[in-house]
Amino acid sequence: MVPISWYLVLSAILFSIGVAAFLIKRNIITVFMSIELMLNAVNLTFVAFAHQWHQVSGQIFVFFVMVVAAAEAAVGLAIIIAVFRARSTLNVDQIDLMKL
Amino acid sequence: MNLGLFIVFGALCVAGALNLLFQRHPINSALSLIVVMSSLAVLYLLLGAEFLAAAQVIVYSGAIMVLFTFVIMLLNAGKEERTHGSKMAYIAGIPGAAALLALLAFIFISRGGSFGSARLGEYIVTTTDLSRVLFKNLLLPFEVTSVLILIAILGAVALARKEH
Amino acid sequence: MTTDLHLWIIPLVPLAGFLVNGLFGRKAPKPIVTAVALIGALIPMLMVSAILFRFSSLTLPYIQHIGTWISAGSFHADFAFQLDQLTLVMLCVVTGVGFLIHVYSVGYMAEEDGYWRFFAYMNLFLFFMLTLVLAENFLLMFVGWEGVGLASYLLIGFYYTRDSAANAGKKAFIVNRIGDFGFLLAMFLLISHFGTLSFSIIFTQVTLHPALEGGFLTAIALFLVLGAVGKSAQIPLYVWLPDAMEGPTPVSALIHAATMVTAGVYMIARTHVIFDRSPVALATVAIIGTATAFFAATVGMVQTDIKRVLAYSTVSQLGYMFLACGVAAYTAGIFHLVTHAFFKALLFLAAGAVIHSLSGEQDMRVMGGLRKKIPITFWTMTAAVFAISGFPPLAGFVSKDEILYQAFIAPGPGKLLWAIGLLTAGLTSFYMFRLWYMTFFGESRALPHEEEIAAAVHARRDTKIALEDDPHPGHAAHGSHGHGIHESPWIMLWPLIILAILSVIGGWMGWPEGLGGGNWFAHFLEPAVKAAHLPYEQAAVALSTGALSTGAINGANTAPAGSKQIEIILAIISTLVALAGWYAAHLMYYSRPELPDRMASSLRAGYATLKNKYWVDEIYGAVVVAPILFIARWVLNALIDRGVIDGGTLAVGYTAQGFGALVARIQSGNIRSYAGWLALFAALVLGTMYFGWAVHWIPR
Repeated sequence: MVPISWYLVLSAILFSIGVAAFLIKRNIITVFMSIELMLNAVNLTFVAFAHQWHQVSGQIFVFFVMVVAAAEAAVGLAIIIAVFRARSTLNVDQIDLMKL
Repeated sequence: MNLGLFIVFGALCVAGALNLLFQRHPINSALSLIVVMSSLAVLYLLLGAEFLAAAQVIVYSGAIMVLFTFVIMLLNAGKEERTHGSKMAYIAGIPGAAALLALLAFIFISRGGSFGSARLGEYIVTTTDLSRVLFKNLLLPFEVTSVLILIAILGAVALARKEH
Repeated sequence: MTTDLHLWIIPLVPLAGFLVNGLFGRKAPKPIVTAVALIGALIPMLMVSAILFRFSSLTLPYIQHIGTWISAGSFHADFAFQLDQLTLVMLCVVTGVGFLIHVYSVGYMAEEDGYWRFFAYMNLFLFFMLTLVLAENFLLMFVGWEGVGLASYLLIGFYYTRDSAANAGKKAFIVNRIGDFGFLLAMFLLISHFGTLSFSIIFTQVTLHPALEGGFLTAIALFLVLGAVGKSAQIPLYVWLPDAMEGPTPVSALIHAATMVTAGVYMIARTHVIFDRSPVALATVAIIGTATAFFAATVGMVQTDIKRVLAYSTVSQLGYMFLACGVAAYTAGIFHLVTHAFFKALLFLAAGAVIHSLSGEQDMRVMGGLRKKIPITFWTMTAAVFAISGFPPLAGFVSKDEILYQAFIAPGPGKLLWAIGLLTAGLTSFYMFRLWYMTFFGESRALPHEEEIAAAVHARRDTKIALEDDPHPGHAAHGSHGHGIHESPWIMLWPLIILAILSVIGGWMGWPEGLGGGNWFAHFLEPAVKAAHLPYEQAAVALSTGALSTGAINGANTAPAGSKQIEIILAIISTLVALAGWYAAHLMYYSRPELPDRMASSLRAGYATLKNKYWVDEIYGAVVVAPILFIARWVLNALIDRGVIDGGTLAVGYTAQGFGALVARIQSGNIRSYAGWLALFAALVLGTMYFGWAVHWIPR
């Protein structure tokens, strides 16, 4: 008998931790991971609401979010590799010029 | 039991997230994230999302995080340095994140109180139900996502290729 | 009879001449330029002559509407020309003397580079002057008024490479502007009181209200006087005329003797209806005229540049015309305008011939003994000198005497004005004969070498001719003639001869009744300048018939009563005064030439004051020009223009720049700072969306 609001609060907590990690961490890969954390938090919210209103569309949404997150992760990591090749650093603070 | 499971795995989620935040080596952060995702899969099960729980484990923990780990190993990412990049991130960001948390929590608690509870087994979405909707009503988006994945693959290959 | 006189052709032919010569004259061969210019001056003269023959059969005033110009609400101003006796007199003077001077200029300016430019400007001047004279309303007259000022500026500064000429042109234009300001104010007052600027409507209105006088009419009249003072070079706005001698001599003859400067007198005569209702304005005009006449004569006595003497003489004679208008003797004033046009134009043209034959020399102190060498010039100039000095029976005597007589019998300070005018006549005679003796008589004081001439001119500050290394630029070619002092070519001499004849017999058309004549001129002109004194019934009758009988006028008007005896006595007195002036000049410049220097050294202060023109230019420079320059440079330029206006605009720019620089710091390129801002504003947006409905920002 878990109140739905607890799931929602949990996802809020996860989301904020994700935001904080995004702001604090300096390694670009860790920053990327925090993005994944945020996405997951949102997924939890969707599933919770899907359960609340007995609608399957919430879970469908999660499905699509997962697909997109996968694609994004693949491309993003490829970009990180390319940036690493150009800058030889994974420090976010040192990648502040547009031109490679 | 529902409550107990929720508390255990919820705490695990939060612990893993906090570990991601506080660890200095990215590989530790990656492994913490895997813990988070797996706990989330359990939570999905508690909420009656069977297929999603499985997908979470297979896709997220099994594929995406493995990809992250490979890249970390490929790039030989080491411990994080302590550089001072931007004060603004702390000045504007931390209060922002805190505000977000507070706001969201407030909203969910004040309005979500009327939602009621989640009973185990109350509403279970089987794979059949899911696929029925997916392949009947949302066939086009489904196919489009497959194209999306194709493009992502191509993009990743093109971007990560070594220049000759 | 409604014959169409095609008045519009008269001003437009010279305008066409200006356009042709102005646009194509530079490359055109000289005979073509000459032909166009002369046609531009000849056709108006022929048309005026044709009108002369038809004149008695016209109903006057003859008004021809060309088209509507301004139609704004209840205010209308049209392109309309009018013709009455006054207009006809002015037309004859302008076109006749104008044509003669054009002919003269063909010879005088023959060697100039800007030949085509000169004639283009002269034709332009004719166009504007004719517009001024023919105008039926104040607005069109103002167009001509301004236009002649423009043409004067262009022609004074004709030798534009010379600083002094350019400055003189500017000075003329600016001083004229002050007068034009008065004219404008008068026009505004007229519009506000009468709602129109048409002569016929305004004058009818004033005439139909015989009780109307003083008050705003005085204000209008005084502003008109300001305009006339500027244009006709009276105190205090005369300072441009002596400097205007920088222009070529035909310009001085046409514009600054015969026509443009008389525009002020014409304007007063034209608007006499208003002036007659304002004794204050009339008194002002008379006093200004008399004072100027005397003042200018005193300065002209000691000038050494031949053209400058004539310039001050012009100012002085214009003062006489103002005096005449000031005692409401408009016919006398216009008559003097006509005769003055004859002999003053002749004087200038003859002076030009003298200068031409001396290859550019204008200083009388190095002239002398020219009588035998340029006889025709000598005899024509003699006629003019006698005319202006007021010897009977020449033209100047008749007109000047008429003015003095009218002043004498005028009420109020008339006798004082007469006395000053008489004294001025004596001075006029003196300085004209002085000029005559210094130029034509005695031993030749001309210097043999041109370098010496140039050096000597350099040393003299009062001539204001800024020669660089060669003599008078227009005659540089003559300088290399090498065959000495010679008579001018016939094309220059014929106008002199014609004008000399006119100077002798021109006065006979206005021979006063007091001395046995019929005074045809005054009777001819009277209907145009005499209607304002009539009571209501007779005014209505007069206007409906369009022509007035002198009997009705003489019975009803309040013009002062004179007598034949007074006129004869005054005529004798003025002749004696003129003789006295001649004798004084003869004494000082012919029989005992050491006398002037002795007088000068003994009356040093007085002589210096006169020599320096009472330091008027310097006073104006310090009192008027310097403060204005100061304000212009430091207040308006530095403070307001650069400080406030530029500063304001720049401040806007700098603010935008500064603000932009401030905002640009958000874009640091650092991902984490971007994320920080994002988080903050996301929280803000979320908060606004959730709580916004409580304050009705966002609908629920």
